[in-house]
Amino acid sequence: MTEAIQVEGLTKVFTNGRDRPSLRAVDGIDFTVHAGEVFGFLGPNGAGKTSTIRLLTGLSRPTAGKASVLGLDLDKDLPRIKKSIGVVPEASNLYDELTAFDNLIFAMQLYGVPRAERRPRAELLLQRFRLGEKRDAPFARLSRGMKRALTIAAALVHRPRLVFLDEPTTGLDVMSARNLRGMIANLRDEGVTVFLTTHYLEEAERLCDRVAVIVKGRIVALDTVAGLRSSAQQKTVVEMTLADSEGRQEKRRAECDDGVESAIQSLLSETSGRRVLAVDTVRPSLEDVFVQLTGLSAEVMLSEKGGKGGGSAGG
Amino acid sequence: MLADDLRGMYYIALKDLRAYYFKAPNISWGILLPFAFILAFAIRNPGDLHALVPGLLALTILFGTSSMEAIVIVFERRIGSLERLLLAPVRLPALLAGKLLGGMAFGLTVTLVVLVVSLTVFGAAGTNWLLLILALLLSATAFAAMGAYVSVAVREVFDAQTLANFIRFPMMFLGGVFVPLDSMPVWLQSVARLFPLTYSVEALRAALSGASWTTAALDLGALAVFSLLLFLLAVNTLARHTE
Repeated sequence: MTEAIQVEGLTKVFTNGRDRPSLRAVDGIDFTVHAGEVFGFLGPNGAGKTSTIRLLTGLSRPTAGKASVLGLDLDKDLPRIKKSIGVVPEASNLYDELTAFDNLIFAMQLYGVPRAERRPRAELLLQRFRLGEKRDAPFARLSRGMKRALTIAAALVHRPRLVFLDEPTTGLDVMSARNLRGMIANLRDEGVTVFLTTHYLEEAERLCDRVAVIVKGRIVALDTVAGLRSSAQQKTVVEMTLADSEGRQEKRRAECDDGVESAIQSLLSETSGRRVLAVDTVRPSLEDVFVQLTGLSAEVMLSEKGGKGGGSAGG
Repeated sequence: MLADDLRGMYYIALKDLRAYYFKAPNISWGILLPFAFILAFAIRNPGDLHALVPGLLALTILFGTSSMEAIVIVFERRIGSLERLLLAPVRLPALLAGKLLGGMAFGLTVTLVVLVVSLTVFGAAGTNWLLLILALLLSATAFAAMGAYVSVAVREVFDAQTLANFIRFPMMFLGGVFVPLDSMPVWLQSVARLFPLTYSVEALRAALSGASWTTAALDLGALAVFSLLLFLLAVNTLARHTE
């Protein structure tokens, strides 16, 4: 299998003057991203996700270690690498003063897309990202979701083989986030390798072929989502949904130490007169794995980020 | 790689001109400010208005090239769009040269308007045209590079405006625009020699009076050195700040 990214001992240390301690944002990480896969890079705020993207895209130079991107040495072949990658940063950063169409054209001009191909390709991307009606609207006047979609479209104008997406759905409403996830899935179907950082566990679970979990600059786990689940060795859990007389619902869980039946009995003894609406067995989720690996809950991670809208991976 | 750089420079300049420079307030500000200064001076000292033309042209290039140039990069860094350019297959010096080119194109366009008005009023007889073009080009390069350096040296747009004015205003009053250099005390003349505007005014004065190339050689050389030093300083500073 061809490798899209190979990283060995990659390290980034930020020094903050003489009197302040230096920060190891990325701490000797090793990983490989296979061509054509969606690779999730998961971690809490400040874990080193964006720093890793900045290193792999040449925006920042590593303190130690080496990396190759699309078979090219990051240190020696950066200009060639830049021609074959697309980057979507965490903030939508196109030009407010230019229209949606002109922003795409400018991106194509920078990447050397032949003049004859620019207009049709821009129109096609606008249609594909459902921005056809906003063709002549300045970027400043687009909604947050549209800005995000256009920023992703601008990263694809030169048909890159590898796309870095840094927190693509953060801060989006549920529908926009859902649309964007569909677009990311389409990229994989087209054979584009996607390097996706996210703090939405459900998003990683739905989209990613493999996931690396990074905490404090170090990769603490790397596997398929199924692999991570099984390695977490979580016990099966029974989840019971209860409702009181006023219709307020509560979910309660019990681990199946002595079998499913005893877990159900245990939960039934705690109903306090409430109605049982549903009983389910719950497999360990990526969230469970993440909590086990990082000691952080998904809620803590989301509140750190201040993101909410895209949190529910509804599609 | 060179083709990528040249293409990047051209389109970055074009984008900047469309997005930032050719806006009505910018154009009027670029033309009116130097006129206002010169008019104020002429009313106070009604004398040989013709003698003020080189200073008027130099001031117009100075403000036309550096006003927006000093803001553009820091603004784009603030909103994140500079990162788009840094990620493109264009090397850092070419990226910055594109920025310079945008500022120069705008500054020279505005100066052309002022030049046409001045030559219509005072006549163009005896002008050394080639020297004039070279003096205008080198002045625009030096002032745009100065603006670019200001823009990469600070972190906020407000700081860029403050720093740009901190440099431009002393330069304006000591650079021979209003008062001929040789009428200043010697020590002040030495200070004036530290500013690119001084050489710009002298080169333009030589060109408009039909002087020979040798008269302006030192001024042109000084402007070229200022351009190169300020450009390299800006590239180096931006490289450090993007980390």
